[in-house]
Amino acid sequence: MKDLYAWAAIGLIVLASTTGDVLLSYSMKRVGDVGELWKRRGILAVIGRVLTTPTFALGLMAMGVAFYSLLFGLSWGNLSLVVPASASLTFVANAFAARIFLHERVGRRRWVAALLVAGGVVLMAA
Amino acid sequence: MTLRKYLVLAGITIFSTAGDSLLARGMKELGNVNVSLHNLSSLLLAVAHPWVTAGILFLLAFFACYMSALSWADLTYVLPATSLAYVLVALVGHFRLHEVISATRWLGIALIAAGVGFVAAGPSVTPDHHRESTRDAARDAVSQEAKL
Repeated sequence: MKDLYAWAAIGLIVLASTTGDVLLSYSMKRVGDVGELWKRRGILAVIGRVLTTPTFALGLMAMGVAFYSLLFGLSWGNLSLVVPASASLTFVANAFAARIFLHERVGRRRWVAALLVAGGVVLMAA
Repeated sequence: MTLRKYLVLAGITIFSTAGDSLLARGMKELGNVNVSLHNLSSLLLAVAHPWVTAGILFLLAFFACYMSALSWADLTYVLPATSLAYVLVALVGHFRLHEVISATRWLGIALIAAGVGFVAAGPSVTPDHHRESTRDAARDAVSQEAKL
């Protein structure tokens, strides 16, 4: 039963952090190249533009949910299960989500990279 | 990809590693203080601990670099490219804290390094159908604000 809770928490972490990453990435693409903006308008303009992008706040909230899910997950399951399982599944989930929602061109090269990193994370925790 | 952009990616890797290590060290020094929502005062005290404060500052630097990278590169590029942080943590543990790294963990390190090499050798951003590049998005924003 505890295992089921741990996997439920892992699922929630993956869902929330993928949502957060996609929203933050979407927001920053709308803001535009930060370095370029900084050069033209200064750092305050950059911060203002980022903070006034509504999806940015949503992304932060999703990241908060992911963080608290991790805390709950750690109280239900082992560190050596929850952290690597959620980290590696998040890499794969992000590749799907970025392709679907951000229309990123996820070619063979990026799939291989995501899977290698996901596998590596699992092995490192073993 | 310019040198500045590679530096930002390196910043993500280094700042997140440093931030996590400092936080871990600080929380261990605080001992078994029950840090939870029910114990707000100890949570506030934890934030005032020097190692924890330093850790939080590094994580803020990490977040700034991460947001900067996402403003000009794809999510599916930034995430694998900065996963060297996992390797860095293990190497810091091995060489500074003299932790033993098993064969399985070395294999994991090799897989992650290979993944980073794979993604870094490819393009960093998907060409946008609506805008030529994020650089133009920034330029549009500036000219729009100039009109107002």
